[in-house]
Order: sequence, then structure tokens, then C-alpha cells
Amino acid sequence: MKYIIAIVKPHKLDDVRNALTGVGVQGMTATEVKGFGRQKGQTEIYRGAEYAVSFLPKVKLEIAVDDAIADRVVDAIKESAHTGRIGDGKIFVLELQSALRIRTGETGSDAL
Amino acid sequence: MTAPLARRRWAPFLLAAAASVPAEALAQAQQAPTLSAGNTAWVLTATALVLFMTLPGLALFYGGLVRAQSVLSVLMQCSAIACLASVLWLAFVYSLAFGDGGPAVGYLGKAFLASVKADALAGDIPESVFFMFQMTFAIITPALICGAYPERMRFSAVVLFSALWLIVVYAPVAHWVWGGGWAQKLGVMDFAGGIVVHATAGVSALVLAWMLGPRAGFPGEVKPPHSPGMTMAGGAMLWVGWFGFNAGSALAANHAAGSAMVATHVSAAAAALTWMAIEWVRFGKPSLVGIVTGMVAGLATVTPGSGYIGPIGALVYGVLAGGVCFAAVVWVKKRLKVDDSLDVFGVHGVGGIMGTLLAAVFGSAALGGAGLSEGASMGSQLGVQALTLAATVAWSALATFAIGKVAAALTGGLRVPREQEADGLDLVTHGERGYSF
Repeated sequence: MKYIIAIVKPHKLDDVRNALTGVGVQGMTATEVKGFGRQKGQTEIYRGAEYAVSFLPKVKLEIAVDDAIADRVVDAIKESAHTGRIGDGKIFVLELQSALRIRTGETGSDAL
Repeated sequence: MTAPLARRRWAPFLLAAAASVPAEALAQAQQAPTLSAGNTAWVLTATALVLFMTLPGLALFYGGLVRAQSVLSVLMQCSAIACLASVLWLAFVYSLAFGDGGPAVGYLGKAFLASVKADALAGDIPESVFFMFQMTFAIITPALICGAYPERMRFSAVVLFSALWLIVVYAPVAHWVWGGGWAQKLGVMDFAGGIVVHATAGVSALVLAWMLGPRAGFPGEVKPPHSPGMTMAGGAMLWVGWFGFNAGSALAANHAAGSAMVATHVSAAAAALTWMAIEWVRFGKPSLVGIVTGMVAGLATVTPGSGYIGPIGALVYGVLAGGVCFAAVVWVKKRLKVDDSLDVFGVHGVGGIMGTLLAAVFGSAALGGAGLSEGASMGSQLGVQALTLAATVAWSALATFAIGKVAAALTGGLRVPREQEADGLDLVTHGERGYSF
């Protein structure tokens, strides 16, 4: 099993969700987060004064999937979250040791 | 034509003075003015509009400009100042400002309104209505100064400073200009408070912000406004309320009120467009905070001239307000390096001072105005305006410095500790949070 963490632009969230349900993802967790990468924040101007906004809003998705579809999930995120402009985000893939569905007690990929 | 000036605020005091002379009392009684229902209805309405400017207008306008962790503290400061000023106004500040007195300040004859009979008139409206209308000005003026010290001034110091400021700065200046004091006798033109409200608040804000020191991180690392939408909603309430502020200052439902409303609206719109255009050209983006700030600058600037100037004069007022106040705001923060956080001086102080001087120009009949003070030329009127402003600026600055020192000594320092400032005043001072995430 793989645990996939994707940081994407907030306005891409619905596109990513639709793409992932299309490749068989059953669930995910989305969190509003702030951060910076190469984009390094931005400058806003109010009443002639510059304000450095060093952390930009992003959405963090966490998705646990079976090994069989992990590559398709990564591709689906890559394509649906892509704008080509700086700040599109990142995808991290981690090995997932175990999973358990609390309601039924199922474990492993049955729990996903 | 000097009619609007003569109608302005003088009437009640001339009558009061006459009434205190027994020999003339009978003659006065025979031709005593009667209550005008129309004028009374309009000033009652205007009173409600001006209170609405502070609560919630100014509170929201300012609240949107601070960090999310301090939004409630700003709303709280405006609320507390409104209540405090109201009680003090009744107790004795109204009497200091508008009671019979000397050239500098009124005496305490009208403290608690105890000596004011239920059917007393101020001009041709009830004195109770005049008292209330003027009270709403005494509420918003110290509340304007909230913009100098958000996110860092100790609440007890805010309360004490505001109370002392109302007594020591607002009351005498209101008496000089409107209450029968020396400036009024010289014929100064301040229709609705360019001197009494905006110059006093603006200068005091600058001095207090300088005494207090800047917010942590100023200028480079300060957080941007947390809710420009809230600022726009509050600014729009200020605009509407300002009709009561300026047109209500005619103290009558008459031509001066109508032309004041025209001037107020035209100046606000022109200043807003000017500010927007400047941002658009300089930064590439016309911002909501910018257009709203320009609007308030136009409103503050036109205030002293509103009942005297014509519509084209108001257009000039607005364009100048947008341009000059924008430059002043940038100058205070970048050159003077004083963190007058929400630009009280740049917008209200500079606007009020400029508008007061311009009243001597655009108030003249030759330039479409209603006419200067009796016997005054443009030059002599400008001299009176400048003299009154100089005295007001000097007194506001000196008194604010002294009051600030007293408030600091009695409350354990004007500022909250650094870590409290970082956490935000909402939870630290008031035990509440504006938003739950």
C-alpha cells in the first residue's frame, strides 16, 4: 500500500477529486494549509505599503491506496492539478505499513 | 451671502446669552423662536446617522484592516469609547463645549443637563436634540484615534486616554469653533468638523502613534488587512452616515443641508476614483481597500467646507483629497516612519486641514460657494482658517503628549507586552476570538 500526500492549489481541489474518483480512489483527506516553495510567497500592496505574504494557502491531500493503482493516482493528480505556473505543488509517495477500518475491523488493502 | 454661517451653531448661544439678561427677557419672549418640526425631524434623523457612523461603521472599517487575532479588540475599543463619551458628554463635556463660558472653554452651567429645561430650544430645535446630535460627534472623534494604536495599546490606557482626550482636547476645540469661543468670534468656517473632528483626531493620532511605537515587524513584516470586505462594508456605512454628519450640521432642513449633501457625495466619489486611479497606475491593480480609503478621505476633506461650497468646488475637493491624502499616507509610513497604523493622520488629519483651508477659497461666492464670513476676503478668511488650525494642531499635539504620559503612568504603560501583541489582543485582553478555524 502507498500513502500519497499531494500539495495542490486550492482552486484545483475539485478537479483533483473528480480525477481521483475516476481512477478508483474511495476516499481522501483534504486540509487547508499554508506554505512556500520556489514561489516564495508574494507581495500585496495596501494603501501604498508593501506587505510580504510569505506563506501561501494550499490544499494538502492525503490518500491511502493499493499498490496496484498508486501510479495511476499519482498521474491523475499530476494532470488534474497542473496549470504550468509556479506554485502548482508537489506529490509525495510513502510506503504504508498498515491500515484498519474502525467500524468493521478490516485491515490491509480491504480497509482502504 | 453669510446665511449658512450665521445659522450654524451660533443661534443657541446668542439666545442663551440674551435670555440671561433680564431687561431683554421680555422682548425676547415676545419674539422667541418656535420649534420647527421639519428641522427637528431632520436633526433627529441625522443624529441616528452619525451614531451609525461609529457603531458599527467605523468599527468595521477599522476592524477589517487589522490582523484576524485583533479584530474584536478594535470593535471593542470603538464600542467602549462610544459609551464612555456618551456618559461624559452628559456629565459635563457638553457644558464645556457648548455651555456659556469664556473664549477658551464653556463653564459647567449645563452639567448633567440639570439646568436645561425640558422645553428648551437651541435655535428652532429642542436643545435635547442639539445635545444628542453633538454627542454623536463627540463619540466618533476619539473613536477615530483608535486607528493609530490597534493591536498594541493596553485597553485600560485606551479607556483612560480617550476620556481625558475628550475633556482636554475635544471640548475646548469644539467651544472655540462652534460653542461661542474665540475662533467662532473671528469668523472661522468649519461647517461640520474639519477642525473640531478631523484635525484634532488626526494630529492626536500621529502623536500617540509616535509615543506608542510601531507594531512588531513594522514596516516590512506587518501582516496585511485580514478582511478588506469588512472594511468596505464599514466604509460604506461611513459614507451613508456622513450625510447626517455634514447635511445635519446645517441644523435645519434647508438649502445648506441640501448643498452639503451634494458636496459630501460628490467629494467622496471623486476622491475614491482618484485614489483608485493612482493605485492602478502605480501598482497595476486598483484595490478595494484603496477605493474605500479614498472615499473616506474625500468625506473627511469635504467636511469643513460641505455647507459652504458648490458642487464644482466639491469635485475639486474630492480630486485633491484622493491625491494629497494618498501621498500623505505614504509619507507618514515611509518617510516619517511613524506607525499610525490605519492612517488616521494621513486620511483624516491631512484631509480635514486641507479642507478647512480650501473652504476659504471654494466657499467664496465667486467660486460657486455660499459666501465667506461677513466682511471677509479670501485672504483674511484664509488667515482665520490657518490661525485656528495652528492653534488646534498645537493644542492637540501638546495635550495628547501630556495625556499619553498620564495614561501611561496610571495604567502601567501604554503598550501590552510583546508576546501579548503577537498572540493578538482578542484572546489576551478580551477572552474572545473573532473566528474559529
